[in-house]
Amino acid sequence: MTTNPAADAACLVIEGLHGLYGDSHVLQGVSLKVDRGEVVTIIGRNGAGKTTTLRAVMGLLDKRSGSINVWGREVIAEAPERIAKLGVAYVPEERGIYATLDVTENLLLPPRVGPGGMSLDEIFRLFPNLRERRRSQGTRLSGGEQQMLAIARVLRTGARLFLLDEPTEGLAPVIVQQIRGAIEMMKQEGHTILLVEQNFRFAQRLADRHYVMERGRIVDMIARADVASQAARIQAYLGI
Amino acid sequence: MLSLQALSGQLLVGLINGSFYALLSLGFAVIFGLLGIINVAQGTFYMLGAFGSWMLLNYTGIGYWPALILSPLIAAIVGMAIEKTLIARVYKLDHIYGLLLTYGIMMFIQGMFVYWFATAGRPYPVPIDLRGGFDLDFLFLPKYRAWVVLASLVFCFATWFAIEKTSLGRTLRAATENPQLTRAFGINVPALLTFGFGAGVALAGFAGVLAAPIYSVSPLMGGELVITVFAVVVVGGMGSILGAIVTGLTLGVVEGLTKLFYPPGANMVIFVIMFIVLLIKPAGLFGRER
Repeated sequence: MTTNPAADAACLVIEGLHGLYGDSHVLQGVSLKVDRGEVVTIIGRNGAGKTTTLRAVMGLLDKRSGSINVWGREVIAEAPERIAKLGVAYVPEERGIYATLDVTENLLLPPRVGPGGMSLDEIFRLFPNLRERRRSQGTRLSGGEQQMLAIARVLRTGARLFLLDEPTEGLAPVIVQQIRGAIEMMKQEGHTILLVEQNFRFAQRLADRHYVMERGRIVDMIARADVASQAARIQAYLGI
Repeated sequence: MLSLQALSGQLLVGLINGSFYALLSLGFAVIFGLLGIINVAQGTFYMLGAFGSWMLLNYTGIGYWPALILSPLIAAIVGMAIEKTLIARVYKLDHIYGLLLTYGIMMFIQGMFVYWFATAGRPYPVPIDLRGGFDLDFLFLPKYRAWVVLASLVFCFATWFAIEKTSLGRTLRAATENPQLTRAFGINVPALLTFGFGAGVALAGFAGVLAAPIYSVSPLMGGELVITVFAVVVVGGMGSILGAIVTGLTLGVVEGLTKLFYPPGANMVIFVIMFIVLLIKPAGLFGRER
């Protein structure tokens, strides 16, 4: 694909990121790197700062400092809409489905930020449930359908870096499978994904690498090949 | 005795007043729904619309029809400049700060116009194309008043349609519901808010131009109206587009009919209704509980 992988292999580089949420100093010097086409997870216990890290990348954190580099561009001081325009898509933990918009309107809301997004037809083929419910008010959907909608919504835009926050939280196994299918498809198409996930079994099958987060810092990195041999360490991190 | 003439006459007066209530409370609803700002200065932009057309006519010779577009546009530009420089600073604060700020803006602009033009009303001629009227036997319907009701209905419907059925409206609704996430999709919400404020102001300016030939043009014309409009908005439900339109027209007619059946009550009937609605349904007839 690229002629000079060394020059533009890095898709997202975070260095020394500090972030405040209200008065609490949630991010205390986060550093991590995601290469183009990788699926990387951030794992860790509740309150470690995983969601806040994604929000910081998206520009949604009022007080942030350090460095966030997206495709070679420093975005630490950029507004969210500018960051999105670089081809970054965000699927928030709470899913962010608009109650005042129906399913189709929710899908059509995000403007295109790059070439190669999926068409509405392709999206409905991937998530047939959404086609059936396309006239329903967004928040009338089941939790699983809302999650499908949240992911489908950013597949249309042509974004290349996806920030997914706990896409399987509270969902039935059959829905989790569908979500996994969608993420695998995104990976095959060469998209880059930074995934926050509590469900390690889910994350393990998708991710190339795992960053472990504790109290606002990245404390460890485990490659896919080492997951089996490091099982005890991972369990300790997650407090299982 | 109650005559058909008197009844239809008051119905017409009510419809005319209701048309202005609807347009003004619609602009108010657009601004409150989108920005969370209780724009007390809405009456001032109505006055600016009327004065704009008066000045265009008397200083530049530009007549009613061009003024119907130009004057709301000028009001909108003034409004957007005010939003960018002043109002955008209070979004994160309690509603009361927006109310106080727009109240200050109202006093400032109104004061300037009183200083320049004094408070006496200035006449604005009815456009030649709309002079005369239709004799309907039971009622003489002046063409201009029919035009006001028609134009108001068309604009109200167009605004409702734009917000509920178009992609711009879809984006506006999303920005209203979850501004942060909407920005994260690459939509410039701050610019959208400025535009929304301008659109709400333009509606008031448009009502002002429509009003110029009916009521005389005076710096105080908006200040009196905005109190009633505020009551209409509360009855309809803060921020509800449909509520603003329906309540505006209905309360105008109710007020007109009260003038017929119980004249002393006409000035307060809208406020009595507001009082009752607040007791029974505090979010307003069309409002959603928050």
